[in-house]
Amino acid sequence: MSQISYLKSKKEMKTYLLPSIKLTLILIVLTAGIYPLAIAGMGKFTPGKGDGETITYKGRVVGYANIGQKFTKDEYFWGRPSAVDYNAAGSGGSNKGPSNPDYLKQVEGRIDDFLKHNPGVTRSQIPAELVTASGSGLDPDLSPAGAKVQVARVAKVRGLSVDAVNKLVDEHTEQPLLGLFGPAKVNVLKLNVALDRVKK
Amino acid sequence: MNTELTGVIFTYLLTLAIAIPLGRYIAKVFKGEKTWLDFLAPLDRFIFRFSGIDTKREMNWKQHLLALLTINSVWLIYAFVCLMAQGHLPLNPDANPGQSPDTAFNTAISFLVNCNLQHYSGESGATYFTQHFVFMFLHFVSAATGIAALVVVFRAMKDKVTDKLGNFWEYFVKSITRILLPISFVIAVIFAFNGMTTSYAGKDTFISMQGDTVHVSRGPVAAMVAIKHLGTNGGGWFGANSAHPIENPNYLTNTVELVAQLIIPIGLVFALGFYLNKKRFAYVIFGVMTLGMLLLMIPTINAELNGNPAIAHMGISQPTGAMEGKEVRFGPLNSAYWSIMTTITSTGSVNSMHDSAMPVSGLSMLLGMMINCFYGGCGVGILNFYIFVVVAVFISGLMVGRTPEFLGRKIEAREMKIASLIALLHPFIILVGLAISSYFIVHVPGTDWAVKPSAWLNNPGNHGFSEMLYEYSSAAANNGSGFEGLGDGNIFWNYTTGIVMILGRFLPIIGPLAIAGLLANKKNIPESAGTLKSDTSTFGLMIFAVIIIIAALSFFPALALGPIAEYFSLK
Repeated sequence: MSQISYLKSKKEMKTYLLPSIKLTLILIVLTAGIYPLAIAGMGKFTPGKGDGETITYKGRVVGYANIGQKFTKDEYFWGRPSAVDYNAAGSGGSNKGPSNPDYLKQVEGRIDDFLKHNPGVTRSQIPAELVTASGSGLDPDLSPAGAKVQVARVAKVRGLSVDAVNKLVDEHTEQPLLGLFGPAKVNVLKLNVALDRVKK
Repeated sequence: MNTELTGVIFTYLLTLAIAIPLGRYIAKVFKGEKTWLDFLAPLDRFIFRFSGIDTKREMNWKQHLLALLTINSVWLIYAFVCLMAQGHLPLNPDANPGQSPDTAFNTAISFLVNCNLQHYSGESGATYFTQHFVFMFLHFVSAATGIAALVVVFRAMKDKVTDKLGNFWEYFVKSITRILLPISFVIAVIFAFNGMTTSYAGKDTFISMQGDTVHVSRGPVAAMVAIKHLGTNGGGWFGANSAHPIENPNYLTNTVELVAQLIIPIGLVFALGFYLNKKRFAYVIFGVMTLGMLLLMIPTINAELNGNPAIAHMGISQPTGAMEGKEVRFGPLNSAYWSIMTTITSTGSVNSMHDSAMPVSGLSMLLGMMINCFYGGCGVGILNFYIFVVVAVFISGLMVGRTPEFLGRKIEAREMKIASLIALLHPFIILVGLAISSYFIVHVPGTDWAVKPSAWLNNPGNHGFSEMLYEYSSAAANNGSGFEGLGDGNIFWNYTTGIVMILGRFLPIIGPLAIAGLLANKKNIPESAGTLKSDTSTFGLMIFAVIIIIAALSFFPALALGPIAEYFSLK
């Protein structure tokens, strides 16, 4: 670049630098200050008051409605395997590729474990979500099939009739959006809270 | 029909139903015609007066670029300093520390260039201050930078011979005040009422049903997730991005997030038609982009619905499809749709973990980023497409033995050199990066970094190779999604992808702007019988062929070693 055009572009840089800095300042106030504060204000009128919706049982908070938690006891419906062990301080999936031999061994182990705790269930009855980790590690849901396959176990341990537990699962099955869009699902935490309520 | 399929079809139709009128609106905003958001004019005027900007001063293409690069440099320094110092800044309820220099380098560039590759986890590696005052701020301004650059090119494509192409600041500020901010506000309110958190309260603690003590990360998420998608940014609040149940609580929020990330890229295609009054040309572009999208989408949905053959062999039923890394509330079909939409646009947010997707899906996602202009990012999608159009015009011209013309302007050696350079830049930076990282893994596996090269890959064999290929493709395409198993939180990946991101952002903005600026200054040749018509399906197919030859075939050898080999080995 010739000397003159270099000087010229240096001068031009200056004519753009000051407006750039001022524009940056005012846009920070607008987009990172005013905008989220307005949304936080609207959030106060939502069911969870913007802090997240919690589930209360026996007068204490036992979890967040949207966040899956660990259920390993036979008396509860189990949720999905979690790569972060349901530690909601973080989140994440296993990131295992479909051909990874270690991963496939791990899945095999989960199948064996599930069969051991659910005698009478055959492999083809186990839906994939019960032996695969979710994307977030905090998946709060199961498919209706994923809950149904555990009904016999839960009913037996709790001394309830299979019909009664089945009915509970049906009651807690959330239908697709407007009955038209997306999968049906069962929120595991809500279902298990309902189970504990039945016992009392 | 099954509800997972109707959900996806509904989502796409809703996207078009919003994108087309939005395109008309965007064209009006930049033509300076009346719109129903004109009551915001005093806000614009206040911003311009405060910043000392005279929007009547028109700029030529070089001045546009100078303005763009100057303000981007300011943001880069600002972001870098904030990320290093975040431990000492306010709004840090979880007491997270500052980022290391190499992580801050990578993160600052990543958000500046609309990429949003995240080599940190939102829960522990950022504070509420940096999430809002750095990331969300950059979400807005990086998207607006892309839109403003595109408007300069729109302006240059008009018939008038001129070097005056409007005022950059005006395009940029109006992108925010008239498009991004109002729409984000509406979206964020929908999110807030569907379970996304909005308050500034820090982590919460509770005792679970089984008696475990659980800490829950929270934060003012809704506002950020709105612009994260609308601006095709993709950098999320939590580590798991939009797979996280707070960042994407239900099917409705999922639909809104999907629609939001596509309405501006698609809307801008139609805006081009309305702005230049060349609607047929816009349809041709839209047709080529949609054809490309479908060619990637259909195999991906098919692969995910069929599930993992290795798991099928264990006797497990996969009634909805492959579930590893996916969430029940969305399902594999929706996650397949999302994974393609997020990789062909430059969004890069995820609602499932791409690393665990089937090989064919991984291949399609990679191709989406390698081509990087099927819809594409905010503004930059069409800028990338523009390069392919120029090349297609040139080749068509040679084929019929005439001087190539595009919209009445001769395309000559200088423009072609720029276009070829930009078209080849993308494969170059991806493959060079891939070669260097492969070299390190093989020859210096034990180097003492935060993650040793020998431990970079989360999966063995071909899939591990795909992890590296994906990372550089994502960086170069300014996408930001990842095969997240890759151990990328160390000096090597932070610096190499940082450099790739910055080249992959600014050169593809500079190139098209330069070409458009040069063309605008040439005299207009009246249309004759021999003129190549830009608004025909023949020309559309020509563009498509150029895209396949340049973008897709340059990557074939690398793809063969990664997802293609994995596909044939997976039984």
